[in-house]
Amino acid sequence: MLYLQLFISFFKIGLFGFGGGLAILSLMQMEVEQYGWMSQQEFVDIVAVSQVTPGPIGINCATYVGYTTAGICGSVLATFAIILPSLIIMLSICKVYFWLNRRFQNNPYFVQTLRMLRFTVIGLIASAALMLIKPQTFIDPVSWIIFAAVCLFTVLPQLYKNKVTDIVSHPILLIIAAGIAGYLIYGF
Amino acid sequence: MFFQLFWTYFKIGTFTLGGGYAMLPLIQREVVDLKRWIDEEEFLNMIALAQAAPGLIAVNSAIFIGWRVGGWRGVCGAVLGAVLPSFLIILAIAMVFQEWKELPAVEAVFKGVRPAVVALIAAPLVKMAKSAKISWLTAIIPIAAALLIWLGHVNPVWVILATIIITLIVCFISNSSYRSSK
Repeated sequence: MLYLQLFISFFKIGLFGFGGGLAILSLMQMEVEQYGWMSQQEFVDIVAVSQVTPGPIGINCATYVGYTTAGICGSVLATFAIILPSLIIMLSICKVYFWLNRRFQNNPYFVQTLRMLRFTVIGLIASAALMLIKPQTFIDPVSWIIFAAVCLFTVLPQLYKNKVTDIVSHPILLIIAAGIAGYLIYGF
Repeated sequence: MFFQLFWTYFKIGTFTLGGGYAMLPLIQREVVDLKRWIDEEEFLNMIALAQAAPGLIAVNSAIFIGWRVGGWRGVCGAVLGAVLPSFLIILAIAMVFQEWKELPAVEAVFKGVRPAVVALIAAPLVKMAKSAKISWLTAIIPIAAALLIWLGHVNPVWVILATIIITLIVCFISNSSYRSSK
């Protein structure tokens, strides 16, 4: 039963996950919360781990959730379930693409739907961030200072574009810096 | 072909941090510049399709290039190569993390990291909104989507389906009125 639930949940995430890894987070959060597979804190932690380890975020999360809920079999199943819709849909698209000779790219229905989905995806990502602002993740004013600092460093290259801002805005560096700050502030 | 595709994607999967988008320039270098499996124009078409289709962009691109270069075997090789590195690394971390997460030092580190993760999700929104050429009117769409999910607890699946259906209906109506006016 657990295996079936895992499979259905991650199949759903793969099927409706438009817009890549970050947009998938809100879907994944909804599923994980609904079945109580992991706490909000654990979910944020695994997103953090996904950001500093190689590979697509969706695969990382699927593997982790699968393992913590149902062991190694669970991790294989969840990872397979999240890529199965891609396999089915992308392979059909590939066949149509070579058959239609790229004509569908001028199709107004296709172009408009893609454009609107881009707007929706921005909302999806915003909701993922909003849902994570909870007392468990933002424990005190220091959390808000870290949040503001990381936001600032991330948008810095858009204000002043140079080599230094490119380096200090790197997500991996920012996560490591936040981890060190956390250790120094809360570790003693 | 299976092993060539597997190995190419395995290398890319092992050395790219930061998810699917970060993989695209490496894929381009390997597949277009070095191996010359597809040309530049087809690569750009591939990115458009990989983003349009649901699912992970890295996996979608692996499927496209695998299919184009080596058929079914190519797809299996490329997808396995793209997925396996992160699968193995995360599995190892998950096994260790279960025992470590109770340690006070680890908990302290994550207390600092959690708000940073939320910031890393939220901050790129400005840039995305700009590149999607959002206007005051179209800004209603992401705001409504975010509020429905956040405060309304609507499953994102419904929001996505609604977007697709409403767009198709509006497109259909404006198309037919355009035709009848002509």
